[in-house]
Amino acid sequence: MSKKILIVDDEPNIVISLEFLMKKEGFQVAVAGDGEEALAKVASFAPDLLLLDVMMPKKSGFEVCEALRTDSANSALKIVMLTAKGRETEVAKGLAIGADAYVTKPFSTKDLVVRVKELLGAV
Amino acid sequence: MRQRLAAIGLAGWPLLTFPLLGLPEGNVGGIPMIYLYLFGVWGGLIGLAAWIGERKG
Amino acid sequence: MLSGWFVALVASAYVGLLFAVARYGDARADAGRSIISGNVYALSLAVYCTSWTFYGSVGRATSGGLSFLTIYIGPTLMLLFVGVLIKMLRISKTYRITSIADFIASRYGKSQLLAGLVTVIAVIGIVPYIALQLKAVSASLAVLFGQVDAGVLPWWLDSTLLIAAALALFTVLFGTRHLDATERHEGMVAAIAFESVVKLVAFLAVGLFVTYGMFGGLADVFQRAAAVPELSRLLQLDAMQAGSWASLILLSALAIILLPRQFQIIVVENVDESHLRRAVWLFPLYLLLINIFVLPIALGGLLHFGAQSGYADTFVLTLPMAHGAEALAVLVFIGGLSAATGMVIVETIALSTMVCNDLVMPWLLRSTWINAQKRNDLSGLLIGIRRVAIILILLLGYIYFRVAGEAYALVGIGLISFAAVAQFAPVLFGGMYWKQGTRAGAVAGLVAGFVVWMYTLLLPSFAKSGWIGNGFVEHGLFGVDWLRAQSLFGLRGMDAISHSLWWSLLANFGAYVVVSLNTRPDALEAGQAERFVDVFRRAHRETDSLLWRGQASLGELVRLLERFLGPVRAAQQLGAYAAMRGVDNWQRLAVDADLVQFAEGELAGAIGSASARVMVASVTQEEDLGLEEVLDILDEATQVRAYSKELEAKQQALEVATAELREANERLRELDRMKDDFISTVTHELRTPLTSIRALSEMLHEDPRADLADRKRFLGIIVSEAERLTRLINQILDMAKLESGRAEWTTAEVDLGNVAREAMDSLGQLYRDKDVALSGEIPDSGPVVMADRDRLVQVMINLLSNAVKFVATGTGAVKVTVSTDAGMVRVSVADNGPGLTADECSVIFEKFRQGGNTMTDKPQGTGLGLPISRQIVEYFGGALWVESQPGAGANFIFTVPLPAADE
Repeated sequence: MSKKILIVDDEPNIVISLEFLMKKEGFQVAVAGDGEEALAKVASFAPDLLLLDVMMPKKSGFEVCEALRTDSANSALKIVMLTAKGRETEVAKGLAIGADAYVTKPFSTKDLVVRVKELLGAV
Repeated sequence: MRQRLAAIGLAGWPLLTFPLLGLPEGNVGGIPMIYLYLFGVWGGLIGLAAWIGERKG
Repeated sequence: MLSGWFVALVASAYVGLLFAVARYGDARADAGRSIISGNVYALSLAVYCTSWTFYGSVGRATSGGLSFLTIYIGPTLMLLFVGVLIKMLRISKTYRITSIADFIASRYGKSQLLAGLVTVIAVIGIVPYIALQLKAVSASLAVLFGQVDAGVLPWWLDSTLLIAAALALFTVLFGTRHLDATERHEGMVAAIAFESVVKLVAFLAVGLFVTYGMFGGLADVFQRAAAVPELSRLLQLDAMQAGSWASLILLSALAIILLPRQFQIIVVENVDESHLRRAVWLFPLYLLLINIFVLPIALGGLLHFGAQSGYADTFVLTLPMAHGAEALAVLVFIGGLSAATGMVIVETIALSTMVCNDLVMPWLLRSTWINAQKRNDLSGLLIGIRRVAIILILLLGYIYFRVAGEAYALVGIGLISFAAVAQFAPVLFGGMYWKQGTRAGAVAGLVAGFVVWMYTLLLPSFAKSGWIGNGFVEHGLFGVDWLRAQSLFGLRGMDAISHSLWWSLLANFGAYVVVSLNTRPDALEAGQAERFVDVFRRAHRETDSLLWRGQASLGELVRLLERFLGPVRAAQQLGAYAAMRGVDNWQRLAVDADLVQFAEGELAGAIGSASARVMVASVTQEEDLGLEEVLDILDEATQVRAYSKELEAKQQALEVATAELREANERLRELDRMKDDFISTVTHELRTPLTSIRALSEMLHEDPRADLADRKRFLGIIVSEAERLTRLINQILDMAKLESGRAEWTTAEVDLGNVAREAMDSLGQLYRDKDVALSGEIPDSGPVVMADRDRLVQVMINLLSNAVKFVATGTGAVKVTVSTDAGMVRVSVADNGPGLTADECSVIFEKFRQGGNTMTDKPQGTGLGLPISRQIVEYFGGALWVESQPGAGANFIFTVPLPAADE
């Protein structure tokens, strides 16, 4: 049974590229355009991993992460934060909030795939 | 204010003593000039003092 | 002739009225609503006008013409030097001075010797003057009753004695209510002011009567007098009298301050320094008014009674009586009574205070009797001493009057008294302005002046009265010619008064200066000198505390205060002091230099500073400060003060500088933050399209055999994102150039109408695609401005593209209007989109901020369009803004100034 990935980003073009990429790797993919939608989709889609953009309207990536982490039902969920903001403070913040990984844009598609596979345990 | 009043005082001295005092002569309508001069200057000094003293505050 | 009873009734009623006025004045003072105003104060100064003014001026005028005016011109001039008066007032208030003797004694080291000396001189000089007032009352009564020769009545029937007794009663009642002589006798002052009014009214009444009732006016009197040879000389001033004129002016100028009654009224009884403002002119005005009719009355009397009439002094009474105006005569009598009684009352209070504080007290304190008394409340004793002094002084005055009768020694006493108090001038004024004046110098000056005065004026007056031989006048002392009493050292040609004044003041001043320069002041003197001369500059408390070192016990000090002030008053004052120091219970006051100075000050108010000093010294163990130490301390104090002022100024400057720095820092931080924000936003904006480009490129690269449709799609995205990126970079660069002022501008004539049309054309397709109506109201030949065409096109395109982004498809409409208004071209782009909130109206002009509800859609723009447009428009001197209501569309307006018309 293939793993499920939820892609959350407000930039449509990035969503398209990520979607294609993940699908090519054989994952099941769902998308959300903003934070609220993301939370809803987590509940309904029950993904195994989240690709989460930080700069989003409605709820930011940090808020979403926080919300998810407080709910222990999601303890198995892996969260990868994606953002153009690459400052150390941001990274630390992300990891502190409970992200499992923090990737800065633009990213290397190869690296991203490897990361995701690692986190999901499928080699 | 003090200085102005003192200045009037200093001015009064020569005005009200000889030799200036010897100048007024004769009379005006029967009233001796010296009488008018003395009371006139005196009144004038008082008037000035009143104006200065009452003006400030 | 008038009935004796009638006059007695009127006189008694008048005195009763005085009592009532005084009572009222005191009651008001006690209630805290003082009746003393600037006017009352100024009028009270008119106590200077005694019976000598009332009767004596006319007498003088019959022999000396206008020379009597000198006595009133002097005070007028002296009062103009109000700075001197203010200093005297300030010193007296600050150091609780109770009399002129106290003032002088306090200044020269609180010397009991000086206090006694001044008191003695004052008493000797003034008691005859008091007697003169009583004589005037007696003479006026005699005129009223038609007795030409005022025979001497047995003393128990003598009305003058009755009057003296009434005056004693009045003075005791209203002058010794409180022990603290620095408490004013407001009732008495009110009564004195009242009397001044009565005097003036009475004199003016008789003056008007004589001038306009008996004659045809001022001119008439003078003309008639001019016709009589003996009288016509009275109409001129004798130029030979120049010296006498000047010295009399000087004499009266000094007397107005130095006479004990004047010092009492002007300084001690003063309620408010600002009252001086009024007094400066109101009092001289009073003097002027009361003197206008003197010469006419004198001339009228001489014309009426003949040139050899007897007693010219009483013309003011005899003239009305000769014409049957008896009511007027009674009024004049009352006026004269006012003049005499006013002088007596105030002078007696002043003298009795001096006698008690400066003569009796020091002696008492030395005597063992007072310690043996062991009474705890001496306040009653002090008041008793004052009252006895009052009665004694009046008695002395009466006796002198009876004894001297018609003698010159009485009649001529007025100016002689003036000359006596003039001796206080060098030490007093020297004390106020010259720190070098010492006690030894003061004593020397006073003694020298007094001796010369005595020799040149007082004794000759006794000789002229036949009481002592006149050898020393005619032939000089011990027969030495140039020691002749009234032409010392050969100085001839001056009248007796001027002669005496000249020599006595010379001796006085000379001795004062020479001895002062050759003696050193002790510590106390030096301290007092500083306090007096610098009274305006020092806060007196601080100097006092600095200059006292020693130990004292609170109990002793309190006991001292209670003994002399009475327990009630002592507690009151201590309470007030404690409140001022912020201590709630005076029993817990710290015993420090300040407290001791306070106690001494309180005592000084009751028994004089000299005695107070002695008493306080007796209950404290004081360290005697040497002169050097005192000067050092004072020096230090001045330096410290100057230093601390400097420090204060520096501190303020520092605070200002710090505030400025803090502001600047804030601004810098703000800018820094903004810079950080900007950079971080820019990097984010740049990275976002890059992300898609990279990701999709990598994917295409990885899998060249991907679906063609997918490939095309991805490449399309890559291209558009690249374009987006380029646009963004261009705009960022543009923005940077505009902001830093490094943009290149080509300024030329630009037709704004054409610009608008061009922009509309270029975006026409976009509008059609989205089905939005685009219309314009543009003049055919649009307004022309000097600007950069491309830039303006850029602005128009920005606005139009924004508009089309936000309006709804199909129903959307955008309208462009170009117009001119007040020297500016106005271009507006109005749409019927969702509109903006008030906040958004300003936010959209910020960099990277975009309009529209960020919660629902993410527009395609860069967020830099509007800021850039604004920069452009503002460069040309215009403005760009938006007017909008939510739900009612948005109207973007920019203005460009028209070029100034060249004629």
